[in-house]
Parts: sequence; C-alpha cells; structure tokens
Amino acid sequence: MLNPISVAFKKAKAEKRPALLTYTVAGDSSKKQSLDILKSISKNADILEVGVPHNTPVADGSQIQTSAYRAIEKGIKINDIFRIVRDFKKFDKNKPIILMGYYNMIFQYGDNSFLNKCKNSGVNGLIVVDLPWPENKNFAKKCKRKSIYFIQLLSPTTTSKRLKKIIQNSHPMNYFISMLSTTGGKLKVSPKEIIKNYNRIKKINPKKEIVIGFGITDKTIGKLKSADGLVVGSAICKEITRSLNSRQNPVTNVGKLVRKLKNKIK
Amino acid sequence: MKLKKRVPVIDQGNSLGFWGGKFGGNFVPETLKKPIEDLEVLFNKLKKDKKFINERDKYFKNWVGSPTRFIKLENLTNHIGGAQIWSKVVSDANGGAHKIYNATVHCLLAKRSGKKIICGDTGAGYAGKMLSMAAKKFGLKCKIFMGAKDIARQQPNVKAMKKNGAEVIPVYSGSQTLVDAVSECMRFWVANCDTTAMCVGSTVGPAVFVRICGWSTSQISRELKVQLIDEFGTIPKKLKLYNCVGGGSSSFGFWNEFMDYDKRQVEFIGVEAGGPKKSKKHAAPLTYGSKIGILHGAAQYVNQNSDGQIEETESISAGLDYPGISPLHCFLKDTKRARYTAASDEEALTAYKLVTKFEKLRPSLEPSHAFFVALKEAKKLSKNTVVVINSCGDAYKDRGILKERLGKKYVKSN
Repeated sequence: MLNPISVAFKKAKAEKRPALLTYTVAGDSSKKQSLDILKSISKNADILEVGVPHNTPVADGSQIQTSAYRAIEKGIKINDIFRIVRDFKKFDKNKPIILMGYYNMIFQYGDNSFLNKCKNSGVNGLIVVDLPWPENKNFAKKCKRKSIYFIQLLSPTTTSKRLKKIIQNSHPMNYFISMLSTTGGKLKVSPKEIIKNYNRIKKINPKKEIVIGFGITDKTIGKLKSADGLVVGSAICKEITRSLNSRQNPVTNVGKLVRKLKNKIK
Repeated sequence: MKLKKRVPVIDQGNSLGFWGGKFGGNFVPETLKKPIEDLEVLFNKLKKDKKFINERDKYFKNWVGSPTRFIKLENLTNHIGGAQIWSKVVSDANGGAHKIYNATVHCLLAKRSGKKIICGDTGAGYAGKMLSMAAKKFGLKCKIFMGAKDIARQQPNVKAMKKNGAEVIPVYSGSQTLVDAVSECMRFWVANCDTTAMCVGSTVGPAVFVRICGWSTSQISRELKVQLIDEFGTIPKKLKLYNCVGGGSSSFGFWNEFMDYDKRQVEFIGVEAGGPKKSKKHAAPLTYGSKIGILHGAAQYVNQNSDGQIEETESISAGLDYPGISPLHCFLKDTKRARYTAASDEEALTAYKLVTKFEKLRPSLEPSHAFFVALKEAKKLSKNTVVVINSCGDAYKDRGILKERLGKKYVKSN
C-alpha cells in the first residue's frame, strides 16, 4: 500500500497545485484543543505535521517555542501525542500525519519502541530536526522497515555534493529549508530566489517530492506555488497565540487561516 | 571503553565525533552542518600550524598573562593538617577566569575564516565577558546571549561586557539560565551562520566546539606541569587535581597534560554543583547518575525527565548551573580516569569563608565547590600528597550573592 503522504502529493498534483502542509504543536494549548485543531484543518490541509514539543529546541523561532512551552506546561507527554494521532485517525484515517521533533525525545523512548508506537497510532512520516545525514542513516533504515517516511532536511548551506548524497539515500519526501533562519523568521530571501534553489534541488531527482518550509505565511505562499508542497507552521502557532490572547476560539480561527492558505495556492 | 595513551583526548573521538562511541557527536540542524564542517577543517589545519600556535602563545603570554600563579596555601595547609594544599590561580588571567583561553582562540579562528561578527553564550558572565574582551581586541562585533536570571545575579560581568562594546541579549525562555542562553545562541547562529562565528563557552556543544575549547584551556595544565617540575623537580608521586565542573572547560584544561599518568599518581577529582541542600534540583549529572541524552548537539549525561525534556537545574553558582556536562567528562568518567562528586551551595559558601579567612585568595563560587571537597579530603591525606585546586574564577562577580548569603564583611570591593 502506498504511503498516504505519497497519495496526498498525487492528489495535489492532479489538482495542479502544491500540497499544503500545516504544522501545529501537539498539546497546544491543550490535548483536546490540539486534536480539535487538527480536525478543523484536515479538510484543507493535505498533510499534517504534528510537533513534538521539546524544551531546548535549537532550530525553532519564538512562535513555535511559545506553542511548545505552552504544551509542555499543560503536561503533554509523548504517549499523549500518540493518543492524539490515533484519535485523529479515527476521524480521518487517510490523512497523512508527520511527527516533527528533536532526537532526544525519541532516544529516551527507544528508537524501536518509538517507531512501533508510530506505526500503531498511524504516523506516516518523521522529521527529526537535529538528526542530520549521515547520523540518521540507521534510524532512517528502521523507519523504512515500518513503511514510515524519514524526511531529510535540506538547507541553503547544504553543499551540492552533500545534496546529491542525501537525496540519493532519501525516502520519497524531503524538506527544503527556504533560508538561513530558525522557524518562523521573516522571509529574507525573495520567493524567486527560493524557487531557484528549489529547482536546483528538484533537478537532482525529480521523482522525490520536495516541500519548502520556514517563513511561509498567507502573504508569501502564493508566490511559491510551483513547489511540490509548502509548509506553514509558525504563522499557525502565532494565530493560536493571538486567539488565546484575545479570548477567541483558536480552533475556528486556525481553521479559517488554513482555508485562506489553501485558497491562495489553488 | 578505553582511553588511548599518547593521543590527545580531544582527538580520540570517532569519525562522527563520538568519544567512546557514544558521547558527543553532531546532533545539529542541517543548516549548521556546513559551517561546522568548515570550522572543523580550519581548526584541524591550524592546530598543526606552527605559525598559528606561535600566534596563540604570543597572545596567551602577552595579553592573557600566562603563566598564572601556582602557589602554596601555607595557612590552609597548617590549618587542615594533612596534605600540602596548593592552588593554580587561573583567575590571574586577564579578565579573571579561564574563559579567556577559549575566547581568544575562537576570535583567532573567526579572523582566519573572515567572519566579522562573533556570538557566544554565557552563564556566570565570564565566557561572555572574555569573549567581549577578545572580540574588542581582534576587532570583531560581539553578541552575547545570557539568561535573564543570570543577568540579574551577575551584574558586574554584564557591565563589563557592555563596556567592551558587546551587545548583551537577554534570554527569557525556559529557566532563563545558561541552558537557554546556549539554545538561543545556537538559534542565532542557525539564522546567521553566513556572517557570524559562534563561540560555545565551554567544552560542550557539537564536537568541534568541545575540541576547540579543550584545546584552548589545556594551557592551564601545560603551565602547571612546568610549575610542578620547577617546584618539586618532578611530577609528585601523589598528586591530586581538584576542579569544579559545570560544562567542564576549566577542569578539562587543568587535567589534560596529565592524562597519560597513572591515576594512582595523578588523580583527577571533578566537583559538580549539588545545588541547595534542601532542594532536589542540582547541576550534577555525573554524581547523581543522570541518563545519557542529547543536549545542544551532543550526547552526554544530562538531567532530564523520562520523556527527554531537559530539567531545570539549581545552583548558587551561575557558571555551574548547567543540566549537561561535556562529552569529554562523560568519557573520563566511564573510562574511570577521573572521579566525580558534588558540593552543595552551602558547602561552597563554607569553603569560600575558610579560604578567604586563611589566604589572600578569593575564589568565585564555582571553584569554591572544588575547594570544599579538596579541603575535606586533604585532612585525611599524607603530608607528601600534593593537592592542587584550580581557582579558576575570582569572587568579584559574586559580591551580590556573597553579601546576601554571608554578610558584608565577606565582600571587598575591587
């Protein structure tokens, strides 16, 4: 059976648009609410990235940090995250879910137990921010055995030689970091430049799906439409924070934001 | 797990940067892979380059002020009545602590790589102060990340950094201490690695930073070896080297040159921060059996919960207030080359009182932890045992805390 992540890309391609990937933090601002948010955006998002909050995140900007700290403060544990994924899959079983986090959380759980749990709860892919290639070779292999995509990150600083090696060894989906930044930074490179870099990477192996992330908002998403997929994370986390601060319902607000994002890339 | 002889410990990691196959490594975001690799290539080249080493030694001698003193603490020796008690007064170094060695080397490397800006983290403020001094000396712009809690408790060093023209950026996330400062500094580097060099303030972080720092602070033991031979004609038959351990930069530097000696001749004792007596929190992952985890790019023993969230630490000394520990020390612990123990806040204060009562020496709260254990153990040791404590920081920065905890008479103005 084809991984639902690949199915989602196929579907988006058939509709002549990039796949829309969202990122929200599990447990933000509560276990129930983060599940409700996933449900409210699943109609418009093609792939859901679910953040595993960590308290020493070395690659996340302030918006995602705020969400992560909020979730940790509310007591979210890894097993709760698997429960959220499982419950979501009961609601929409074909929607692909990618967990994104830092390696220490997986390491403490144990690679194999973690992957078993992923498999059983319905996780389809993993992004581990601080487990780069080639350090991730073994872990990626273990993922493959469970039919879970291990998603490699590619950055503007990745050399051509390295790009080739990573892509050669990669699973069907990879993630291109748009610019030198933590998540949610202001886009300091023009969308044109980003697409140029993207095309250079895409050419290495056109069969691999490449999504672009970091710094994408409803203002910039429309200009990056030619990519296989686009990830919006910090802008969503920011909307949750804004909603909470103004005593509005994050579930409906985030739902609206994602619908808007979808409309921009149609 | 085995320690090799005649190979510098900093070079004993495997091809992926793991000491003993499991400590250290490079758990970093993809964006940092290239800048880290560039720094590795540069450092590996320069550490073998005679011209570069001469340049380093010139600055260490003329600017840092080496060698720092090696003195006998006669009064304390008489008072304790056991082993001979000596101190390597590393706080003599320009700026008042060992952090100057690492800062100087990082600025020299930054210059060679053509970077114009250098960023660094700091806990007690020493690493930041020294980096700001070195940056000024070498004409680099300097940004220092410091936890808001540490900014409040280490004001003298904050003022010094600003005076040197550095921008001090308060970090409000998490526990607002060193751990968060290091995270924020790494995040800044992720976003600015094309123009900016990063200096990690201790023997922590991705492998190359561990190596650069250890290489730099080893100046301490190079000096001590010469001084011991000058004093005793040879390396004493029973030598015990006590050092506080936070990230582990001063202790590693204090021990490095003696690594190949049998531990029955030269023993290394690392003293971690046990935190307040009544608190469960501490900054002593080696002493209290913390599990291996990943923090700031390296696998190490680290205080964490069962989910892998890094735990908050507590210590009177900002410089030791770190949940992890250098991979080098994890390696020295598991190979049993060094022994680790902890002293509490209260014990460090007791030692500070005792040292300042008998000697013209004012160790900061960090080395006061080492003094406590050394003085306690010295009592039971023979007269021909030579105990040396690295007094790696000066108490000037701690005067606020000392005044609050011990009263005015323990605070002298500089």
